[in-house]
Amino acid sequence: MSDALRDLTEQKYKYGFVTDIDEDRIPKGLTEDVVRLISRKKGEPQFLLDFRLKAFRHWLTVEEPGWAHLRHAPIDYQDIVYYSAPKPKKKLASLDEVDPELRAAFHKLGIPLEEQARLANVAVDAVFDSVSVATTFKKKLADLGVIFCSFSEAVREHPELVERYLGSVVPYSDNYFATLNSAVFSDGSFAYVPKGVRCPMELSTYFRINAADTGQFERTLLVADEGAYVSYLEGCTAPVRDKNQLHAAVVELVALDGAEIKYSTVQNWYPGDAEGRGGIYNFVTKRGKAMRRSKISWTQVETGSAITWKYPSCILQGDESVGEFYSVALTNNRQQADTGTKMIHIGKNTRSTIISKGISAGRGQNTYRGLVKIQKGAENARNYSQCDSLLIGERCGAHTFPYIEVKNPTAKVEHEATTSKISEDQLFYCRQRGIKEEDAVSMIVNGFARQVLKELPMEFAVEAQKLLGMSLEGSVG
Amino acid sequence: MSPREQENQPILAVEGLRARIGDREILKGLSLTVNAGQVHAIMGPNGSGKSTLAGVLAGRETAEVTAGTARLDGRDLFPLSPEERSIAGLFLGFQYPVEIPGVGNLYFLRTALNAQRKARGEEEIDAVDFLDFAKEKMKSVEMDPAFMSRGLNEGFSGGEKKRNEVLQMAVLEPRLAILDEIDSGLDIDALRVVAKGVEALRSPTRSTILVTHYQRLLEYVVPDVVHVMAAGRIVLSGGRELALELEKKGYAWIDEEAKRGAFAEPAQVSP
Repeated sequence: MSDALRDLTEQKYKYGFVTDIDEDRIPKGLTEDVVRLISRKKGEPQFLLDFRLKAFRHWLTVEEPGWAHLRHAPIDYQDIVYYSAPKPKKKLASLDEVDPELRAAFHKLGIPLEEQARLANVAVDAVFDSVSVATTFKKKLADLGVIFCSFSEAVREHPELVERYLGSVVPYSDNYFATLNSAVFSDGSFAYVPKGVRCPMELSTYFRINAADTGQFERTLLVADEGAYVSYLEGCTAPVRDKNQLHAAVVELVALDGAEIKYSTVQNWYPGDAEGRGGIYNFVTKRGKAMRRSKISWTQVETGSAITWKYPSCILQGDESVGEFYSVALTNNRQQADTGTKMIHIGKNTRSTIISKGISAGRGQNTYRGLVKIQKGAENARNYSQCDSLLIGERCGAHTFPYIEVKNPTAKVEHEATTSKISEDQLFYCRQRGIKEEDAVSMIVNGFARQVLKELPMEFAVEAQKLLGMSLEGSVG
Repeated sequence: MSPREQENQPILAVEGLRARIGDREILKGLSLTVNAGQVHAIMGPNGSGKSTLAGVLAGRETAEVTAGTARLDGRDLFPLSPEERSIAGLFLGFQYPVEIPGVGNLYFLRTALNAQRKARGEEEIDAVDFLDFAKEKMKSVEMDPAFMSRGLNEGFSGGEKKRNEVLQMAVLEPRLAILDEIDSGLDIDALRVVAKGVEALRSPTRSTILVTHYQRLLEYVVPDVVHVMAAGRIVLSGGRELALELEKKGYAWIDEEAKRGAFAEPAQVSP
């Protein structure tokens, strides 16, 4: 490999700044008292405390799963602070009153929190550590009956909706990390789009982990009522910390009859340094339930985190429901990703599409793990899966674990997979035309990922393209 | 050749070039001068080093240069990276153009052109203006605009790939074009189109080197000078008629002569 690529130094993590804000923290460790304390601090209704306690008691009986193709130091769950919130000074009447430090932090992240955001047609619910501090355009959305707020606010203002749907897609006992989240989640986002309403703007949340040693456990719940449509964007960044930070989120989507939910994620949390020190451990449970003739579409661009363990899935319960999963996962240096999806076909004439693009560079390990399950009653179910891997350099790895379970003979399931490398010939060809080597790598990778990137909303797609290029800098050699 | 052109400095000047791949010396003291406005053909048997020469001039790393110089408009090529050579005006038409899936043809072309313009301190051309410009150029190689939205060379036939090379050359307007077996694998219609494209780019301010095994291409693009390569050197140079003679006699006699030492070892250029 030529010098030009070798010489590219590791890009310093762009979002690695720490914001100095008074925090309200509780001591490290997890006990039933901590769970009760979190609930009390948030002034939660009884049903939620019960949900947390059931989850906590279940969590004590289960063990961390070991089946993923991942290696990491053991996580000490008693060495984590389970609640941290910026100290509220007083109730804020407008955005101008938000802590200037916090505003500055958001500014560095490029979040369009101010009024210009309206022009950008983006409503932002910003989660700073655990508590949501500002929500924009709530009024415009409220006129349509759309609810978009922090999870805590939803608990206060719309407890009946939360009680009805919380845990309806990802039960508290689902898996080790989802159970942990159910016990200790501190905040997150909530959206409800009423019957027949097409949400006029993309709903957007930026998550950010700030305090040291703070695991972040957000909870997101989106409900699209009959015939509703919503597109939701989730972007994530976290500052540089030496110690690995646990992140265990849960996202639940409910698409009622005829509804459509499009959920897009760009995740670029701190991946750790070139030697694999630091970085986020990202253990996320994302799942949607699709009722009759509804559609759930997951699109993810995963370039960050030291460890990614994530399988955004669709339960295609209603007849003629549709599930889609479009994924680009990039691992560089010592990053590891074990990601994919589950498509559970229950209803008749259900369809699902899986397009997964894994990119491995440096010593990165990239695993696609996917389940396509056709249940007995799923007449004429269809699935098409395509898993492509691109290798950059000699020391990375790509792995594919497709699981297919078919219990109905009318099903049609297709799986295609390819593995390729960026060749010296491709690079030389680009360079001969005057394109710099690092630009050529970025161009080739973006071409490889194009099928997925085109599923992203416009402004996100541009960001994602830049991010792919940035994440690969210093990757070859 | 007109007297005005003869006054021009040579665009390419190669002297005493030696290069090896691993332990094997492929180019053994090759010298070549190509003046502005000229089209040179380099012919020769397989394994004579023609493609290695093209690669070495463009900066391909498979071969290692051990001696000699190569200058483009007086500028030493060897310290330059492949992209710098490209920006300096060197274009290599590939014998086997690569495929890059998902990267649109038109996008690739515009990225290349803008990389060059940017490096020269010129303004980048936007997508709309570029489309008009590229459409014009596409006509010259009879290329269906539908190709432009497809991935770079993705699923192209051999002929389409070669046409695409000529299109890229037309867009980048190089000072020196080295076309490595641009005629290989083409049927007669494709050959005619490719040749027309090459001929259209003939200009008093440009030089072209056609690396070819057969003289068929030279019926359409008439060269000013024909060179014959054997065993890593240029052993014979002449006019158009040399190509015809080769066609008649084949390459075997060249190899024979070379083995007998009929072509004297050229003087070594001191480092």
